[in-house]
Amino acid sequence: MPEPVLSIKNIEAGYTPSLPILRGVSLDVFEGEIVTILGPNGAGKSTLIKAIAGLVKISSGTVSLEGRDITGLATHELIRERVAYVPQSENVFARLSVEENLALGTLHNPTQHASQRRRVLDLFPDLEHLGHLAAGKLSGGQRQMVAVGRALMAAPKLLMVDEPSAGLSPKLAQVVFAQLVQVKQTGVTILMVEQNARAALQISDRGYVMAEGQEKVHGAAASLLENPEVGALYLGAKSRMARS
Amino acid sequence: MIQFVADGIVNAALIALGAIGLSMTYNILRFANFAQGEILTIGAYFTLLVLGVLGFGIGAMGPVAFGWPLLASIVVAVGTTSIIVLIVDWLLFRQLRDKNASRITFIMAAFGVSLMGRNLITLVAGGEPKYFDFYIPKTFELLPGMKVRPDDLAIVAIAVIAFIILFAFMNRTSMGRQMRAVAENPTLARINGIDVRAVIRWTWIIGASLATIAGALLAHNTQLRPEMGFDMLLPMFAALILGGANNLYGTILGAIVVGLTEALAVYVGLSGYRAAVTFLVMIAFLMVRPQGILGEKE
Ligand SMILES: Nc1ncnc2c1ncn2[C@@H]1O[C@H](COP(=O)(O)OP(=O)(O)O)[C@@H](O)[C@H]1O
Ligand SMILES: [Mg+2]
Repeated sequence: MPEPVLSIKNIEAGYTPSLPILRGVSLDVFEGEIVTILGPNGAGKSTLIKAIAGLVKISSGTVSLEGRDITGLATHELIRERVAYVPQSENVFARLSVEENLALGTLHNPTQHASQRRRVLDLFPDLEHLGHLAAGKLSGGQRQMVAVGRALMAAPKLLMVDEPSAGLSPKLAQVVFAQLVQVKQTGVTILMVEQNARAALQISDRGYVMAEGQEKVHGAAASLLENPEVGALYLGAKSRMARS
Repeated sequence: MIQFVADGIVNAALIALGAIGLSMTYNILRFANFAQGEILTIGAYFTLLVLGVLGFGIGAMGPVAFGWPLLASIVVAVGTTSIIVLIVDWLLFRQLRDKNASRITFIMAAFGVSLMGRNLITLVAGGEPKYFDFYIPKTFELLPGMKVRPDDLAIVAIAVIAFIILFAFMNRTSMGRQMRAVAENPTLARINGIDVRAVIRWTWIIGASLATIAGALLAHNTQLRPEMGFDMLLPMFAALILGGANNLYGTILGAIVVGLTEALAVYVGLSGYRAAVTFLVMIAFLMVRPQGILGEKE
């Protein structure tokens, strides 16, 4: 077994000490994978990502990055470890221009600004001529590109994205997923949270299903798509019919 | 009649220089710094101290009744005032941040700093008014019916230069961008690797620097007293709120409105009521546009 890029062992975490939200979650992400975390609203998916990012206090368990323990790392140190995180909402600086948003992605690798910017604009050509606009003036899909683009400016080895397709039309969601596949092809490992389970699993290598702060099922994406229990609970009967 | 415009613009320049710091602490540290006035005062007293050490008086530049000795003293005072402000942050506000104290706790702490600051200044420097230097103000007629003092033109010019540098810093440098990012979304800022502690230090330094310039120029124009800065607090807050609290350009526009309103109040003989007049104007404006001149609705 190779060393996972990200390894989470038995994490307990919550917003207040009296109310743990995550109750013993474990998860591994290997190099080059897209791993998707699924589960109903309130399952604790976002909380898990926030715990990795140091935004939620971890009371027990460990987070390690390529074998190094980074549990409880300060949020602003994360990017130095080359872990980028795109939150679910408010993930762009709305009052800053698109170019300024991108520039904030290379605070710790400013010498790479020009080359990373080129790569991001090649991936998201739509952003090319929006550079001077305030990010808040963009459409939902464009904002999502700015958010992911800024994260990629840091040349991360691990990209964590929370619900990249939330609020987008099914067609735009497909575009976003296709772009994530392209990101993966440039050598970035991806940990993603999604509600849009079927579409997400189709581009994923593996998936984890969470409910009530615990990890319920995990496995290869294809096997989760076939798993009738997972299907009934999280994929919806209609989408399974559409598949057959 | 248009005399009040000249007086108002000088007022506005000083209010704006002071209010920028208020605006920055409000947006980045997220509390109303009721001790902002004392930063002006301390800056002015430091300027006086350096002037005394230099011993050249305040100098002169052509018709302007101050020159390089005053400007050099202000530069030194900018440094010392910034250091004092950083020490107060380290001793007090940093502790409150670490303890996740509520907004009201920050404001009460700032009130305490304001009161203690004024008392300390009175204790050290004495309560009686002081002057940087003795000079005879000259005036000339800039436009028919509008008399200005060369010093006032110099003050407005200094303020304009300071704002140009400020906006270049905020818009063109990485730290400026980081400051705007923290003002908008501190969590996302940290996710991007912004060290919020460094941003906070720059916030205090910029606010204190502009406040020192405001305090020194105000003291040159009037007189230096321990309450000098405190008396500027209400106009500075009015400028901040009127301009739209989340926009620095708005703060300057707000200062222009407040400066002109105060000058007009004095001009029509309501000198003693100028604070009340300013607040009436502010409230009337906010009833029409609650987010202020340039503010965005939250
Ligand atoms: N900022 C917060 N403070 C307190 N509780 C929260 C906060 N955010 C989320 N929660 C709670 O944590 C639980 C998990 O939420 P979350 O991780 O956002 O779920 P998911 O992303 O799976 O929809 C929910 O019960 C939610 O109410
Ligand atoms: Mg969520």
